[in-house]
Amino acid sequence: MPATKLSKAAQDHASRVFDLDVSSLRELNQALHNLTPGSNETAWEVLHPKGNHSVAVGVDQPVTIDVRGSVGYYCAGMNDGAAITVHGSAGPGVGENMMSGSIVIKGDASQYAGATGKGGLLVIEGNASSRCGISMKGIDIVVHGNIGHMSAFMAQSGNLVVLGDAGDALGDSIYEARLFVRGKVESLGADCIAKEMRPEHIELLQGLLDRAGVTGVKPSEFKRYGSARTLYNFNIDNADAY
Amino acid sequence: MCGIVGLFLKDKSLEPKLGSMLSQMLISLSDRGPDSAGIAIYGAPSKNEAKITIQSAKPDRDFRGLDAELAKAIGAPVSIAVKSTHAVVRTAPNKVDAAREALQSIRPDVRIMGAGEAVEIYKEVGLPEAVVDRFDVRSMTGTHGIGHTRMATESAVTTMGAHPFSTGADQCLVHNGSLSNHNNVRRELRREGMTFETENDTEVAAAYLSSQMAHGKNLGEALEGTLSDLDGFFTFVVGTKNGFGVVRDPIACKPAVMAETDQYVAFGSEYRALTKLPGIDNARVWEPEPATVYFWEH
Repeated sequence: MPATKLSKAAQDHASRVFDLDVSSLRELNQALHNLTPGSNETAWEVLHPKGNHSVAVGVDQPVTIDVRGSVGYYCAGMNDGAAITVHGSAGPGVGENMMSGSIVIKGDASQYAGATGKGGLLVIEGNASSRCGISMKGIDIVVHGNIGHMSAFMAQSGNLVVLGDAGDALGDSIYEARLFVRGKVESLGADCIAKEMRPEHIELLQGLLDRAGVTGVKPSEFKRYGSARTLYNFNIDNADAY
Repeated sequence: MCGIVGLFLKDKSLEPKLGSMLSQMLISLSDRGPDSAGIAIYGAPSKNEAKITIQSAKPDRDFRGLDAELAKAIGAPVSIAVKSTHAVVRTAPNKVDAAREALQSIRPDVRIMGAGEAVEIYKEVGLPEAVVDRFDVRSMTGTHGIGHTRMATESAVTTMGAHPFSTGADQCLVHNGSLSNHNNVRRELRREGMTFETENDTEVAAAYLSSQMAHGKNLGEALEGTLSDLDGFFTFVVGTKNGFGVVRDPIACKPAVMAETDQYVAFGSEYRALTKLPGIDNARVWEPEPATVYFWEH
């Protein structure tokens, strides 16, 4: 019957709404995992997340997901291609191990946001707490507010941009990630040093700010931090310490 | 893991709901610690009456006739309200020490959970919902309270190993984390004359705060001391007769979220403990900073 077909097609193009007061979290994540390339269900909305853990983890299709409220642990973890927006705050481990796509947190993020992320863009419009970008491996993270202590610990690659201040021990034992901080840094971790902002860094940072939708802020307002590379090889003079 | 909650009411009209609000908060964190749970509720303090919360594994045997026997032993009126394995003994404030001593001889198997003008403490092995039901916590009224659901790491899963721990009048503490220097601190506190019921690390933290406050420090100052004197992982939530405090260790691995409105200050290990509080959507919600003391007093 043509009428039915039409209404089904119309449904497919509308945003698919999951109310977590009604459906279970498992149903939501299973539905997201069932998506196949080329699916018409490209827009998703999640209502009443109420601090639930693991909302929209492991999505591997380029859909948009709007989460209306605050989430608990590990939201949007392992994201591979989706554009996920949390209209609230996020608990620990948001965007952990992201591969590609984007995650925007309208509120604050708790500890280890973007941990071990390999790609994609994580934007936190509020503050991020401790260990933001710990062990990051290629992800780009832009934080509008401040970040807590031990952020970018053992960061390997990617970019961390902070419009506000950074807490203690920024970039401890850092490898090759680039850290850009506009405000003050409480202290730098072992082997992390301030570095010169060369034209290529200005250009890179401008690109990151543009991608994150940041306006009215100039790359020249930031300082760059990175690895002094003194921990790359064992120094025999330190043998007594072990 | 462990889950901890706290609720400090500013709006008196919420006081009849304290028990149900705190119960709901604690139950929402059940999967952070399923082995035991406990709650401390501060009711309106009375100058003429002190409360001692006691516990027995054999309540039928231990609580029967206890009011009369205890009254005779201490020479003052005593009343008892039994709730499952716990009972609240009421007597004159100046008879609390005598009652504690008398209990040891006339009911050697009875354990004292806590005492004071305002606090009542209920804790048992089991899920938060079972513990809340067992003691009818939802019907309790009060000004503030704290709760804990435990996943044991440091000591045995027993009633006495459950939180809150109380080591001073109207003082109690819940803890998420583990302390590494508790044996040393316990030894030092024992030398000062403090007594311990368990080998539990959290009891040491509670006793440390009691000792600091006995030396004249206020709750905020005592909490400040934990940052230099206690080693390990901790988020503490503490109750006193008229106060409520929070502190996290400098590493701050253990999660914590707070919310404040004109009506209350609330603490949860996770945001989902706070989602059913009135006005939460417009509350100021924040993560308490590491190594920073927060406290409120009525």
